[in-house]
Amino acid sequence: MLILFVTVVAFIYLAPSVVGEIGGFLGKILPRDKIHLGLDLQGGMHLVLEVEAQKAVESYVERIRGDLKEDLKGQRIYAPRIEMINGNQLSLEVLGEKERFDEFIKNNYPILVEISVEDHGKYRRIVLGVEKKQADYLKRYAVDQALETIRNRVDQFGVAEPDISPQGTDRILIQLPGIKDPQRAIKLIGRTALLEFKLLDEEHSPQAALKGKIPDGDIILYQRQEDRKTGRVSRVPFLLQKKTLMTGEVLKDAQVRFDDFNQPYVALEFDPRGAKMFDRITAANVKKRLAIILDDNVYSAPVIQERISGGRAQITGAFTLEEARDLAIVLRAGALPAPVKILENRSVGPSLGRDLIDKGLHSIIIGGILVVLFMVIYYKVSGAIADFALILNLILIMGALAGVRATLTLPGIAGIILTIGMAVDANILIFERIREELRLGKTPRAAIEGGYSKAFLTIMDANITTLIAAVVLFQFGTGPVKGFAVTLSIGIVASLFTALFVTRVVFDLLLAKRVLKQVSI
Amino acid sequence: MEVIKPGTKINFLGMRWYAFALSGLLIGASIISIILHGGLNYGIDFAGGTLVQVKFTEPTQVERVKEQLSSVGLDRSLVQRFGERKENEYLIRVEKVVPDMEVLSLQIEEALQKAYGKGGVEVRRTEMVGAKVGKDLRKKGILAIIYAMIGLLIYITWRFEFIFALGALIALAHDVMITVGAFSLTDKEFTLPIIAAILTIIGYSLNDTIVVYDRIRENRRKMRREAFAKIINSSINETLSRTLLTSITTLIVVVILFIYGGGVIHDFAFALMVGIVTGTYSSIFVASPIILSWQERR
Repeated sequence: MLILFVTVVAFIYLAPSVVGEIGGFLGKILPRDKIHLGLDLQGGMHLVLEVEAQKAVESYVERIRGDLKEDLKGQRIYAPRIEMINGNQLSLEVLGEKERFDEFIKNNYPILVEISVEDHGKYRRIVLGVEKKQADYLKRYAVDQALETIRNRVDQFGVAEPDISPQGTDRILIQLPGIKDPQRAIKLIGRTALLEFKLLDEEHSPQAALKGKIPDGDIILYQRQEDRKTGRVSRVPFLLQKKTLMTGEVLKDAQVRFDDFNQPYVALEFDPRGAKMFDRITAANVKKRLAIILDDNVYSAPVIQERISGGRAQITGAFTLEEARDLAIVLRAGALPAPVKILENRSVGPSLGRDLIDKGLHSIIIGGILVVLFMVIYYKVSGAIADFALILNLILIMGALAGVRATLTLPGIAGIILTIGMAVDANILIFERIREELRLGKTPRAAIEGGYSKAFLTIMDANITTLIAAVVLFQFGTGPVKGFAVTLSIGIVASLFTALFVTRVVFDLLLAKRVLKQVSI
Repeated sequence: MEVIKPGTKINFLGMRWYAFALSGLLIGASIISIILHGGLNYGIDFAGGTLVQVKFTEPTQVERVKEQLSSVGLDRSLVQRFGERKENEYLIRVEKVVPDMEVLSLQIEEALQKAYGKGGVEVRRTEMVGAKVGKDLRKKGILAIIYAMIGLLIYITWRFEFIFALGALIALAHDVMITVGAFSLTDKEFTLPIIAAILTIIGYSLNDTIVVYDRIRENRRKMRREAFAKIINSSINETLSRTLLTSITTLIVVVILFIYGGGVIHDFAFALMVGIVTGTYSSIFVASPIILSWQERR
């Protein structure tokens, strides 16, 4: 009964993988999961990103630096130089009493802690750093935020069944099955997409600045232009005020639109706060040039003709439709809180996967047939019983794979094939024992009884050791290796069931019905 | 059908010194080969780097592919044929890890397209593993093997005796060493699937050893009067038929995998083949004789 039940259940789970969609009433109550193919078999991309969370702390400190400067001025605490050092610390030269400064920091910037003080007579050099707990929080937040943002982008890009999950403390694992253009996906995912608005410094010439004399409070950024026909890339320098007036944080929406020449551009819409900021900025800087910068790349720097109060702006550039669409997606999904670095990238084309499946099936069939033949030749009727168990075993493995939503990978197929070889091992152990018992002159029934009970412990011990190796493999595993561990484990359990239990029942049935008067072994 | 006739009495223990010498020789050769090769030939999984698998519609040669790559400055890349000749597939491996690997694979694709035409070449797989990840994986791989061994040591000690566990572990280390040595000798790449293969060999080799141990345990109860050496010898003989049969059925499928499995599976199956042969050998000639040597010394 149990055997029948287990087999039927396995068939039910396996059915969707074999016949495809089941319509109507049956389709609603039966499990619908097909065997899940790994990326290596169906094609797709596997990415591991590292969030450079330290950068999130750095940009936080950079922001504090600006605020601190203003606030100290307001408090009449003189600190003419505030510099960022070591990426996450502020070095100040403070004049006057230290107590007032300490008091001020304690009350207004509790996040900062004093790291060192040097007395230079006229002034003190004080180094402040971000409290460790706070820094850790910022880093964790950056990773969470990055995960969320990437999830948003992938959703909008439209990939079926993406898997985006954190890995360790600062890594993100992304699996995109069936993706056709990995390059484009990477650009979309890996882009920081930090949108900034800065004013041009029109009092100084960028040419002079390029020669090494960058005016205080300015930076040079470039506009990258690519000639679509020749593929030549030119870089136009812009001299900008360092101060960022606005970022993409205040964006409400970004859409692709077309201008009169049918050239795509990205239309931005700000939220109420952003609209107010934009209104103020444009009102105060009429006739000046405002640069729109994405990831340190100047897209355009139009002259502000008049005050803009509608809360709208646009990014133009020589976009293709695809580029404009992707840009709108990343802007809508928001900026990454810190840049990401690609640590691992594996992409497999769909045709390769199909080849591998064919080869795998080929191997399973040929290997299976050879083993089946071998068993029949060596053990005759008993061999045939073991073969029956073996085939049942394969069905069980497939059913279980579909049932527990395990992923079948290429090494996973290898695991199944290996199981074929090892599954008959339990039966070989039992049969050899039965032969020994028969040689001792026992009746068929007693010999079978003895063979099974004596082989039982051996089989358990032998399989549990293999299972231990498989479990360790699962713990260690990344994608494909994990798939191998899963099929191997399932295979071991299934083969214990079929070899110990199923074959025993078959023997008993045959003996009870007196079909078998002698054991053909 | 019976290959090993009942009552077979081969004096395996009498051959143990020859066996130890052979094992020592093989392990020595493995170690020397690894040293001469300057360590293992790590694939990009462990060494980091970029790998591109391309398929051409027309037959071509490694030299011609290399030529095209040098034209874009990738003259230090490794090109090798992948799978069977008629498949026209090649692996291109670039040692350096560039931050922007997409550019690299595009570069390769464009360079090859220039020479073979747009439809003439297809990039089927690209893999980039950063040096940091490679190092992590290497550490994880070694740890996995150590953990598996510790787990097995505990289990066998619990089921048998500590000395049995030790014997089994020595047999295991023996199999793993020789398999790794075979990879070094044939200059095959050490990749993630190979770690999976080694862990499988660990499980398999143990499987074999335990069946013999089980018999020793049983016979020790039955043949109390006999010398330990005789008990071991007859245990090995009694299980010999099963040991060989299981190895044969498993080898059948592994050989099929080796022949038909294609590229990635090829090396995986090779590791299993070596491991199964040495595993069978070690469960007869290494694992049990070690117990005897230990007992005699006491």
